[in-house]
Amino acid sequence: MVSTINRRVAYEKSRQRRSIAVAAISSLVVVTAIVIFIPRMPRWNRVRTSFFNGDVFRDSFPRLLDAFVLDVKIFLWSAPAILILAMLVAMARNSRSPALFPLRAFTIAYTDIMRGVPVLLWIYLIGFGVPGLGLERPWNSPLLWGSIALILTYASYVAEVFRAGIESVHESQRAAARSLGLSHWQTMRHVVIPQAIRRVVPALMNDMVSLQKDVALVSLIGPIEILRRAGVDKSKFANFTPYVAAAVIFLCITIPLTRMTDYLMERERRRTTGTRVRS
Amino acid sequence: MKISVNNLTKSYGAHTVLNGISLDIEEGSVVTLIGPSGSGKSTLLRCLNLLEPIDDGEIYLDGEDISIPGLDANPIRQRVGMVFQSFNLFPHMSVMDNIILSPTRTRGINKATARVKALELLERFGLADKANSYPDQLSGGQQQRVAIVRALAVEPEVLLLDEITSSLDPELVAEVLDVVRELKSSGMTIVLATHEMGFARDSSDVVCVLDGGCIVEQGPPSQVLGNPQSERAKAFLQRIIASGRL
Repeated sequence: MVSTINRRVAYEKSRQRRSIAVAAISSLVVVTAIVIFIPRMPRWNRVRTSFFNGDVFRDSFPRLLDAFVLDVKIFLWSAPAILILAMLVAMARNSRSPALFPLRAFTIAYTDIMRGVPVLLWIYLIGFGVPGLGLERPWNSPLLWGSIALILTYASYVAEVFRAGIESVHESQRAAARSLGLSHWQTMRHVVIPQAIRRVVPALMNDMVSLQKDVALVSLIGPIEILRRAGVDKSKFANFTPYVAAAVIFLCITIPLTRMTDYLMERERRRTTGTRVRS
Repeated sequence: MKISVNNLTKSYGAHTVLNGISLDIEEGSVVTLIGPSGSGKSTLLRCLNLLEPIDDGEIYLDGEDISIPGLDANPIRQRVGMVFQSFNLFPHMSVMDNIILSPTRTRGINKATARVKALELLERFGLADKANSYPDQLSGGQQQRVAIVRALAVEPEVLLLDEITSSLDPELVAEVLDVVRELKSSGMTIVLATHEMGFARDSSDVVCVLDGGCIVEQGPPSQVLGNPQSERAKAFLQRIIASGRL
């Protein structure tokens, strides 16, 4: 009996050692290929000086970091607005009363139209179009209307995420709540939505990661945030390194967020689909 | 009569699930619905709980027609509790929160009072130590007993039990049926759909055999189970006896 267990443990260990070795060797091969071949490209030296210039990087980095504060601000006021608006849209779309049909139809049109046009185009249309109506300061700020464009487009995506979550809560949960005398809205508020939100947290995080990046699109209608600042520095130094520096700053935020999303998804997967089949 | 059903008809599209059901349920009695799968037992209970719109007929509760279209169903559902085959506890709430949700939200009872009453009920059914557990941490039998407590916390006048032992392991069925017997002795009016023939025979006042959306036989258990008159009831009971369940 003991010997069988030992043999199994030994077998699992040797398998594990082998997979680690295979992974290490294949990574090494790929990295070597990159390190050897890219510098051999005909104009590698030109690319290196114009994209990876250490002096320009050091000079530009603090200014970019300053400009990035505006990106973070836009993100911080847009994200809560998106979540609230999206939840309202999802709930309106899930309403069942015939009297609310116009509201349902409106939300369907809203999600279809907002999701059917690129975010950038909405930022141009709303960011230039609405202030063009002749609004007084501060209501004509491109920063304001650029943020609103982001909020309106992202809310339509996030509303669909919430809707999927709401629909994934089994009908029997509603039946149980209604049989206890709860109204439709009480059932939504205390039974359906809390469960729906738990299920869609990973998908929401995904959308928040892409929002964090798309905030930079607002720069195209005026506000000096990181992407625009990088463009200014690029012209000043006649060098593309500021763009690389901006990319590094974005990665510092988005990689941890993405890793956390993956962790949450993995946890949800384990909770809902059971243990993994052996490889 | 506590509940009186008259000519209840219900169909899903072209498929008639209930075909002219008439049934009287006396206050304090236990009425058992038996019959093959798909005979309409669950649908009948869901109609009594106003979870399904009906096509024709009337349902009277204490002589008052509760099947009038457009009637506010929520206060009526507080008078007619229901427990489901798959428990349907709310997985994101503790046992205590499951139980006090309806009393605190629908009747404005304050949380402290609702908790005291919930604990009394949990104690009565041997679940006091589970008040802070979550549904996933309980066995099937415990979950179903909690679901019964949750329905009782609303203080219903009638309890509808929809195959409440069908998804339980055999050794857990008894603990749930004991709860139903105790409710019966406390005078609760109970309508239950079940496949537990022994329980139907020993603990109910009236047994109804459903088949194809009709009540094909009804009466005291000794008569319906011992000496059925209709062909369809005979055929159903024959199959039950042949499979050793009675």
